[in-house]
Amino acid sequence: MSDRNERITLTIDGVEISGESGMTLIEAADAAGIYIPRLCHHPDLPPTGHCRVCTVTVNGGNGAACTRPVADGMVVENDTERLNTLRRNLIEMTFVEGNHYCPECEVSGDCELQAVAYRLGMTAPHYPALNPEREIDGSHPDVFIDRNRCILCGRCVRASALIDGKSIFGYKYRGIHKAVAVVVTDRLGETEIEATDKAVSVCPTQCLRVKRRGFRTPLGSRRFDREPIGIPERE
Amino acid sequence: MVQEQEALIERIVHDLGPDGTHVMDVARAVSKRFGYIPNSAIPTIARHLQLSPVEVRDMITFYGHLSTDPLGTTVVRLCNAVVENMMGAGEVAAAFERETGIRFGETTSDGEISLRYTACMGLSDQAPSALINDVPFTGIHPELVQEIVRGIRAGLNLTTLPGSGVRHNLKKPGEIIFRRSMEHGAAIDKLLGVSREEALEEIKRSGMRGAGGAGFPAGKKWELCKNASGDKHYVICNADEGEPGTFKDRVLLAYNAHQVFEGMTIAAYVVGATEGIVYLRDEYDYLRGHLERVLEERREKGVLGDTIRSYQKFSFDIRIEVGAGSYVVGEESALIESLEGKRAAPRERPPFPVQRGYLSQPTIVSNVETFTSAAAVIERGAEWFRSFGTDKSPGTKLLSVSGDVQQPGVYEIEYGTTIRTVLHLVGARNAQAVQIGGASGRCLSSGGFERRIAFEDVPTGGSFIVFGPGRDVLEYMRQFIEFFAEESCGWCTPCRVGTTLLSRFMDRLVAGEATRGDLDRAIEMCDTIRNASRCGLGITAPNPLLTSLESMPELYERRLSAESYAPQFDLGAELRAGAAAANRPAPQGM
Ligand SMILES: Cc1cc2nc3c(=O)[nH]c(=O)nc-3n(C[C@H](O)[C@H](O)[C@H](O)COP(=O)(O)O)c2cc1C
Ligand code: SF4
Ligand code: FES
Repeated sequence: MSDRNERITLTIDGVEISGESGMTLIEAADAAGIYIPRLCHHPDLPPTGHCRVCTVTVNGGNGAACTRPVADGMVVENDTERLNTLRRNLIEMTFVEGNHYCPECEVSGDCELQAVAYRLGMTAPHYPALNPEREIDGSHPDVFIDRNRCILCGRCVRASALIDGKSIFGYKYRGIHKAVAVVVTDRLGETEIEATDKAVSVCPTQCLRVKRRGFRTPLGSRRFDREPIGIPERE
Repeated sequence: MVQEQEALIERIVHDLGPDGTHVMDVARAVSKRFGYIPNSAIPTIARHLQLSPVEVRDMITFYGHLSTDPLGTTVVRLCNAVVENMMGAGEVAAAFERETGIRFGETTSDGEISLRYTACMGLSDQAPSALINDVPFTGIHPELVQEIVRGIRAGLNLTTLPGSGVRHNLKKPGEIIFRRSMEHGAAIDKLLGVSREEALEEIKRSGMRGAGGAGFPAGKKWELCKNASGDKHYVICNADEGEPGTFKDRVLLAYNAHQVFEGMTIAAYVVGATEGIVYLRDEYDYLRGHLERVLEERREKGVLGDTIRSYQKFSFDIRIEVGAGSYVVGEESALIESLEGKRAAPRERPPFPVQRGYLSQPTIVSNVETFTSAAAVIERGAEWFRSFGTDKSPGTKLLSVSGDVQQPGVYEIEYGTTIRTVLHLVGARNAQAVQIGGASGRCLSSGGFERRIAFEDVPTGGSFIVFGPGRDVLEYMRQFIEFFAEESCGWCTPCRVGTTLLSRFMDRLVAGEATRGDLDRAIEMCDTIRNASRCGLGITAPNPLLTSLESMPELYERRLSAESYAPQFDLGAELRAGAAAANRPAPQGM
């Protein structure tokens, strides 16, 4: 991004905030303490705009706040009924695309998808479930993937390439068949992944996670059981 | 085989250079030699091109015509786009299955023949059509299939088989694009002694707009690119022509490639580019030899290459890159990603390609037809150009006309022509509806036939499909939406999941199972898809439903189920699946 130092001002839902050129809209909002709902974005990784939950209206047109560079005088709508309905619909699409059954899920209370759904007031998805058949890969001694919960946020892809320097994850196929690829054979056990890798810690639904930690924190006292999801902290 | 793979990959990389942007060339070459790209070749390709294996795999698994699974020696790709189905592709498919003894999606046990479906290949004027290996077959009918399959089995040269070959149905040349073949360099000569700024002014004065669909003013695009700072500027000709029902770029490249290249050269002069690329869809690979010859001829004539017309300060050359089966790659930023050797996922904008395009440099991406018109503007002047068309849409437009018409083919019409006039011209009687602009365009019924083809009224990239009386229009709208679901790149949720859900809805609608409540929910979903998607594919994907609902609501009224609620959960199927998994007999009466 270009030079970071020019001060600019913009308004979000009528509130004037300031930012610096080179920032994204979500960065500027976060710095000002304004929550824009999001799912695929992670503060330690470059944004990629997959989930569109951060959709805002900028000067009359829609765009993703996580990728949109700020500009002086921008007029942004964020917390409106229309946008929150749109976001709820996107979250519902995300639910029916995979196999997400919160009542019996081991990461309930510690899942960003569930938490954002609660915060946006989603009850049950009103779209028909796609019920895909997804694989579970336990071939690695310390790390496993339960793809039933994968929402294609791409955080593992970015973290593995940019922070861990291993490029273990990528994508394969397109459209509804698009999935996270694990090198060439899709077996974690054949990769260099380690439990301490950034890629393992950034998954919003913990479909990629460290083994033998499942119920260390009991249901009811997990991250989002204590307080609703909000602006994340950078590492 | 592993050694042969390695040797082949090494040789290509040696020729092209160890650069990740060449992964498509390498993948296509391996695919051509072995019929597919074995997983074992992926790490080798990656190593030679300094990429990670997962990146190479990402790119290969994205494109419809690259495969990591073995395919037959001969691959029949039958087009199952809307016009093809109207013209009997279903019967042709059945004949292929009968003759080969396999289903589409399968390969014969002797490894000889694979049957695959493919999206619109730009041959709707001579449907049904197929690509067999690289050879196009047109006007196929079921009786021909037996001979074709026999010929394949006998190992005959595919180009000698009945049905092979393409005709270029240019039905109506106009004044600007197909006036006559432009003399080589006629427009370029006008540039000499004219500054870049003056040439740009002429394009701006012409009011010319992009022919790729969106109608962005060409002069504005050139100006933005010219003024953007970068180490290099690029000019890219978008010859991906993937919109269902369009094929005019095919005819243009076949008959008037000189003028296309002339236009690219002028654009290069204006924006200061030395390198141009034509991105040709692989379905048009049969045009490549011809295009290479035209480029060579231009180099010999001194209107392309190191010093154009002995003009010391101006050099520009063009190369051709070929795709591998994707519709979304026609979106300009996806096309750039593809040229950089990646999956064709559109980029986030801003920045636009004119600011940061190919290799992050300022880039013009324009349609084949746009460059052709630009050459005419420079040769004959903006005033002359503006004497055609309308005030807001000057010039002429190529239409690719197909469907229920007597004379399918390419027509050059002036902007401002009514749909009714076009229908008359092409011999379409009693048309029930017209699909203008392809799947992403709009469906108009007779109530809209007085409307005009122009950006201020009915814009189009050129596809013009006529549905005659008695055609089940909703079935074709269903197929269009299914097409979007198949071609979605999958990057963003609203399009990836939304088009799939919408496609399921259309299935139920056409089957008479959807209720009014389902339709209402589908319309709301269209709103989410349109407003949240990242690129034009998702933004226009709901159009078949929304535009046909607007122009022909009665079709929906008739199709909706009278029930107020219809379950979307098939209890019987679930119980059967459960029983099978548990190895129990299937429940009775389900
Ligand atoms: C899904 C999708 C597919 C597209 N396919 C094509 C295409 O095949 N050919 C084309 O010229 N433009 C296509 N476009 C439009 C391009 O993005 C771009 O606007 C165009 O090439 C610009 O050329 P123009 O200014 O000459 O119109 C497509 C756009 C989208 C969203
Ligand atoms: S709208 Fe569709 S095609 Fe475009 S980026 Fe999103 S998923 Fe890909
Ligand atoms: S958070 Fe911006 S698109 Fe997902």
